[in-house]
Amino acid sequence: MDVKALIVEKVKEKFGSSLEEVSDFRDDLCLTIKRDQIVPLGNFLKNDPDLQFSMCKDVTAIDWATRKNRFTVVYHIHSFKLNFTLRIKANITDESNSIESVTSLWKSADWYERETYDMYGIKFVNHPDLRRMYMPEGFEHYPLRKDFPLLGIPGSLPFPKKAE
Amino acid sequence: MDRISQIYNDEKLLKRLHDDPGLTIEDALENEMVINMGPQHPATHGVLRLVLRLDGETVMGIVPELGYLHRGYEKMAENMSYIEFIPHTDRLDYLATMCNNVAYVLAVEKLAGIEAPKRAQYIRMIVSELSRIASHLVAIGTFAMDVGAVTMVMWTFREREKIQNIFDRLAGARFTTSYTRIGGVAADMDDEAIAMARKFLEEIEPAMVEMDKLMLGNRIFIDRLEGIGILSKEDAIDLGITGPNLRSSGVEYDVRRAKPYLFYNEVDFNIPVYTEGDCLARYHQRGDELRESAKILKQLLDKIPNGEVMANDPKKVLPHKTEIYSKMEELIHDFMIINFGINPPVGDTYFSVENPKGELGFYFVSNGTGNPWKLKIHSPSFCNLQAIPKLCKGAMVSDVVAIIGSLDPVMGEADK
Repeated sequence: MDVKALIVEKVKEKFGSSLEEVSDFRDDLCLTIKRDQIVPLGNFLKNDPDLQFSMCKDVTAIDWATRKNRFTVVYHIHSFKLNFTLRIKANITDESNSIESVTSLWKSADWYERETYDMYGIKFVNHPDLRRMYMPEGFEHYPLRKDFPLLGIPGSLPFPKKAE
Repeated sequence: MDRISQIYNDEKLLKRLHDDPGLTIEDALENEMVINMGPQHPATHGVLRLVLRLDGETVMGIVPELGYLHRGYEKMAENMSYIEFIPHTDRLDYLATMCNNVAYVLAVEKLAGIEAPKRAQYIRMIVSELSRIASHLVAIGTFAMDVGAVTMVMWTFREREKIQNIFDRLAGARFTTSYTRIGGVAADMDDEAIAMARKFLEEIEPAMVEMDKLMLGNRIFIDRLEGIGILSKEDAIDLGITGPNLRSSGVEYDVRRAKPYLFYNEVDFNIPVYTEGDCLARYHQRGDELRESAKILKQLLDKIPNGEVMANDPKKVLPHKTEIYSKMEELIHDFMIINFGINPPVGDTYFSVENPKGELGFYFVSNGTGNPWKLKIHSPSFCNLQAIPKLCKGAMVSDVVAIIGSLDPVMGEADK
């Protein structure tokens, strides 16, 4: 059986109504799931004996700027058994900008979620140590949001003062 | 000692000690110590900062702090065309520039649906493998230097210098190569470059034998690495480790074999795997991979076909300079590509290759215009660094240096 058909069938069977969209662009399979189902879906994909998506490769977000649901969180997970990388998307549908953390399933998501929080300001609920990854701790803005200017915001980073 | 035990028995005083973090009792031996290592530290391979909690010389906890080299490449990529970003990929993993160039253009080609000619693909494979050898040579050399064997770094840099000379011949630059283009490579590989590569392959093998004699016959070197920083197979997968570090923990996963890109399915090579998962295994792993790369190179240099090095796709691939100056059509296409970009279709793709440090992936979101809407770089050094708290807990301070060296991070890539 084809790997993609197997994954789609299994997920549809378990998460029928929560699965919003299945897309296949340039041979990349992508599942869009309702936000509150992300941890159950991850749990299912990781622990199902036929699938075994045991590694989380990447977590990031997309800022759509003008759309009603502004942010989409994107996960890339890999199965050594199927030799397949799957993309999962979850749209954030309200103003809270928060989603359940997947660190309980994959430890590697720890830093990826911190990075996403740092760059987009998305709060990962139940993350063990959610603080900024790259930017300094007192920084107030989220650099990869589309409304953050390329040249930065003057005065947002403290520079050393001139000696008197 | 009496005074200290008195303090510990005095509940009032103990409560004050708890409430006020500024208050200390003056006995270093009785306390854990927090020290800061880096960001300016020769053993951290760049600007990695570690905060260590020590009990005597044992590491109780360790927190890596990143971001001292963060230049915001993902933000910059959103504000420039696909072609303009190629030189910036040199600055990601600056020890394997060619590999980054190749990975980036392959990702763009997947998104835009372009295929480069076979000769260009072979040249890309050759430069990737040369770059892999160069990167592993630096990794081995600096790793040995970190644990005290300074001779090794001279020897490996001597060999690496020859690879840089080949790159100089090919791309006109030794370090910031920017050699690949969307749809091909910037310049053809001439006979002299091929001869240089062949000569290098002849010289690297005896040099590797010599280096192994120097290092593996050294009792101090082995004792400092064996059994240090053990990463189990399960932990490696859970922590998202990639590349040689993953394979030295017993997972046989190499993107070149798992999802062959370019023409890696046409060459014969093995994937070395070690099961120990300690620092010595990671050292052996890189040495073995280096020899495999040399083996691949030999086959590629024999098999390289003749033909074009740029695809013929006028709307997406830049035409040759001489044609721009002599033909109207080409001038228009050049103008359109430079000013408005190559406009790939709406959609998102993820493409990853096997870099010397691990799996380098580019995730593009395109909205149909000349600039990417989003670019996410999945950098191997970033995920490999995540293993440091796990590996260093319970180790000695001097082992921390060996563990960082064995993971071989490059901060240009980890900080993006």
